[in-house]
Amino acid sequence: MIEFRQVSKTYPDGTAAVEDFSLTVPSHTTTVLLGSSGCGKTTLLRMVNRMVEPTAGSVRIDDVDVATVRPVALRRSIGYVMQNSGLMPHRRVVEDIATVPRLNGVPRAEARRRAMELMEVVGLDPQLARRHPGQLSGGQQQRVGVARALADDPNILLMDEPFGAVDPLVRLELQRELRRLQDDLRKTIVFVTHDIDEALALGDQIVVLRPGGRTAQVGTPRELVEAPADDFVSRFLGLGEGRRKLRAAPRPGGGQVVTDDAGRPLGVLDDADGGPSADAGE
Amino acid sequence: MEWILENLPHILELTLDHLLLSAPAVLAAFLLSLPLGRLAVRLPRLREPLVGGIGLLYAIPSLPLFIVLPLILGTSIREPLNAVVALTLFGLALMVRSAADAFGSVEEDVRLAAVAVGHSAGGRFLTVELPLAGPALLAGLRVVSVSTISLVSVSAVLGVTSLGSLFTDGFERGIVAAIVAGIVTTAALALVLDLLLVALGRVLMPWRRPVPRRSASRSAEKGAA
Ligand SMILES: Nc1ncnc2c1ncn2[C@@H]1O[C@H](COP(=O)(O)OP(=O)(O)O)[C@@H](O)[C@H]1O
Ligand SMILES: [Mg+2]
Repeated sequence: MIEFRQVSKTYPDGTAAVEDFSLTVPSHTTTVLLGSSGCGKTTLLRMVNRMVEPTAGSVRIDDVDVATVRPVALRRSIGYVMQNSGLMPHRRVVEDIATVPRLNGVPRAEARRRAMELMEVVGLDPQLARRHPGQLSGGQQQRVGVARALADDPNILLMDEPFGAVDPLVRLELQRELRRLQDDLRKTIVFVTHDIDEALALGDQIVVLRPGGRTAQVGTPRELVEAPADDFVSRFLGLGEGRRKLRAAPRPGGGQVVTDDAGRPLGVLDDADGGPSADAGE
Repeated sequence: MEWILENLPHILELTLDHLLLSAPAVLAAFLLSLPLGRLAVRLPRLREPLVGGIGLLYAIPSLPLFIVLPLILGTSIREPLNAVVALTLFGLALMVRSAADAFGSVEEDVRLAAVAVGHSAGGRFLTVELPLAGPALLAGLRVVSVSTISLVSVSAVLGVTSLGSLFTDGFERGIVAAIVAGIVTTAALALVLDLLLVALGRVLMPWRRPVPRRSASRSAEKGAA
């Protein structure tokens, strides 16, 4: 469990990035910090592994104030995935994935073996092991980033817009795979994004943020869609837009065709498992 | 030509002297530039005073420096150490800006990623920043190497033995062949060292060589679907 207790961060130049933010991130679930650019998501995320020190308040992991843990040791126990993968241009894929186990003292051969295993776990062709990141596609780089974060089996995974820079099709694919991984691994994930669809697809709990890291609403995807706390949330989720106003019409072959407000088809609703909750993004 | 063949052992000896003066100076300038260059990036406000200030050393005419240094170091003018220190200062003047630029060129994202995975400050410097700054450091080092090798000759005027002695002796005794041999050998030495540095860079920084993208890159992505 990760707890943010009334944390604030004012950067030395006077920018108040986060003000009095509190949140509990339950273990073994995915919490999404959702908000537009500059609202303090990265700042909040980095407070967990002490890449950013709060100017007030504290962050606790399983009831231990992270401020009492050596930053280097703390970071080696927490997985971190960045937007632009943050891979080391000079390391081969397999070496990069093995970084944290190596830092934690795992012998080279063992660390490599684990790295190769992880490549498989995240769906990377083992042939890519000896490549440098410059020789990978964007999607492959992000997979390597995820594998590296998972390499020493951390309990916590911090993901900062990890799929933000890849094209939409690959992004969907990566989201699907992360969900599959999470079903197996049950990590405590804090996932930052400004993409509402991504938040709905991945979050067990979603925190909608206003500028200044202030919480607009916390809830499950369903709670947010069913009962947005206010206009801000409603607008953020795009509930006012045609995109999320869905209509269903009977289909000749059985079931219903679902369209958005503009009449564009989105999919088919089976009568069998019918009901409006069939695809609530869970 | 005859003169050169007759004096070949002498020329080789002078080449070795030349090398023994320049190599330590180049190495020392390189090593000193690393912490200074890194510091300049760490403290942006210090960058110009530091880089600019040290760079000004290069504006000191070389001959006076060779003469003044013994007064500061307590060495004698003819001592090789004197020449090595002077050459180190000139090398550093060139190298410190390259080093600052080199460390400045390390992407912030990569540096942050190195922090995030849990590298210590020292480990990050040695295993991430230094190798990534490598290509730009190498470029600077090549300039320093060539410039130092040509500068060494100046010290011959003061009686420090090097390939430069071929010029001084050649002028004194009117042996054109000696002068020509001096020029050619100095240039050859600079060239050989430069090639060695390039080769070293290839070995130490293999990630810079573009490997042709094979279809594996695309099929792997698909295969994972
Ligand atoms: N190192 C820093 N120094 C000064 N201001 C910063 C720094 N990092 C972030 N900020 C500012 O803090 C605010 C929140 O930034 P950030 O946490 O990166 O937001 P997000 O990740 O949601 O885009 C922004 O206004 C940003 O400009
Ligand atoms: Mg951010």
